[in-house]
Amino acid sequence: MSPLEQYIALMTIVRKEIHRFLRIWTQTLLPSAITMSLYFVIFGSLIGSRIGEMGGFSYMEFVVPGLIMMAIVTNSYSNVVSSFFGSKFSHSVEELLVSPTPNYIILLGYVIGGVTRGLLVAVVVTIVSLFFTRLHIHSYLVVILIVLMTSTLFALAGFINAVYANNFDDISIVPTFVLTPLIYLGGVFYSMDMLPDFWAGVSKLNPLVYVVNAFRYGVLGVSDVSLAFAMSMIALFTALAFVFSMHLLNSGKRLRQ
Amino acid sequence: MIPALTIENLRKVYGDGFEALKGISLEVQQGDFFAMLGPNGAGKSTTIGIICSLVAKTAGRVSVFDVDIDQDFAAAKKNIGIVPQEFNFNQFEKGMDIVVNQAGYYGLPPELGKERAEKYLRELGLWEKRNVPSRMLSGGMKRRLMIARALVHEPKLLILDEPTAGVDIEMRRSMWSFLKKINAAGTTIILTTHYLEEAEALCRHIAIINNGEIVENGSIKDLLRRLKREVFILDCVEEAPESVTIEGFVVRRLDAHTLEVEVEKGQFINQLFDELNRHGIHISSMRNRANRLEEMFVNLVEGAA
Repeated sequence: MSPLEQYIALMTIVRKEIHRFLRIWTQTLLPSAITMSLYFVIFGSLIGSRIGEMGGFSYMEFVVPGLIMMAIVTNSYSNVVSSFFGSKFSHSVEELLVSPTPNYIILLGYVIGGVTRGLLVAVVVTIVSLFFTRLHIHSYLVVILIVLMTSTLFALAGFINAVYANNFDDISIVPTFVLTPLIYLGGVFYSMDMLPDFWAGVSKLNPLVYVVNAFRYGVLGVSDVSLAFAMSMIALFTALAFVFSMHLLNSGKRLRQ
Repeated sequence: MIPALTIENLRKVYGDGFEALKGISLEVQQGDFFAMLGPNGAGKSTTIGIICSLVAKTAGRVSVFDVDIDQDFAAAKKNIGIVPQEFNFNQFEKGMDIVVNQAGYYGLPPELGKERAEKYLRELGLWEKRNVPSRMLSGGMKRRLMIARALVHEPKLLILDEPTAGVDIEMRRSMWSFLKKINAAGTTIILTTHYLEEAEALCRHIAIINNGEIVENGSIKDLLRRLKREVFILDCVEEAPESVTIEGFVVRRLDAHTLEVEVEKGQFINQLFDELNRHGIHISSMRNRANRLEEMFVNLVEGAA
């Protein structure tokens, strides 16, 4: 395919993906806005007012970056996992597989779809958060970079999950039993300083710690881990997920017989 | 002329050790209307799956218009349109969107994709239903939608895997005339079917696959010429005698007005009619007991030919 044809194929996938999640916005965009509003009310306003400061900021200010990142992670992941598994389940993925569209364009199309949903939800949640607190962005560059890198990473993770999934249960196991615990233990609601040394060390094995802290640095200018190290780790995980996703597509594993 | 499809020593062994294809070789000429016949599990769908990249081959070579799929699968795919056996589109999407998106996957600009989608949806009688979610379409409409989708990039080779399965007779006939039309316009067509009448009505060449091997391959005319025996049903004007014996022919009385006669290769029907006249039996009409191709197919597949 010529570069122009590849671009047309990519835009077709992206348009289809965006249209899909916008068509079912009550299932894709609204839940995050409602859930995050509840987090802001309960953890930020009600409980947060009794906790006091954390990391030099009010508790509400402290949790907002983590909650925005939580929305980005879950939405970029679930968009790709449900969309790609759905197309695998209905066999409509064959429309792409029989076409001359290169595998990297297929992957890129789904990832851009996931990233777009992650960004859109991030905007919605950020707007909601402004009803509860003021947001001063410490570094726009870091914020934009981390949001893009994180949503790409978790969109790729969602793709890998979708390839391996055999049924609809398999696409909810990882978000429920892996992603959610890692997010909760990733420092969204607390600072690593509060943990005993042993658990603080264990937490450093959790990739969500780097994601949440790097984003918190971008917003508040504070982080429990080094920004450079956090960004390197996210970039490394993203590269690994991309290589593995391409391997799955090129080998046809679980997609071709 | 370059063949539309060349298959050489194609083998497929699935993960569980089942050998679906045992080294088949096949050539389909440009402009041909070619049928692949065979019982369920014979290897027809596996062959089609390999040609369009949904199944990975174990060994062998496949070329589409002289483009080896191992060398440049993307170029080969541009020449192929595939209509699979099962519905494989998103049932929540509208017919128009399904066809236009497929055009996009082949790199066609959106305006051209829409233009082609309109052309084929109209030709296949789906234009009025273009904005209906595809799950609301009837079985026949869904099959035609898959044909429109397969044609949107105007491939030179169209492959249909049992396109008329579960389709009513009227719809089947209209699909036949559509396929004949696009074949006459130059598109090479390969189809698999269980309806041997369909293969005989549409195709010029056939390959019969059984247990992963090609047991017969050639022009339908040549193959039918090799039939050893044909069975005719004769409708009698008057009541037929209880017992009819005609030398050289096996005759059975099915009911008062119907006879069944076996005619061996080399025998002449004129001779049969001469004998019937001599017995005072007048025939108002005659027909084959079964589709001739079906008879040959059963013989070949059962190894009795």
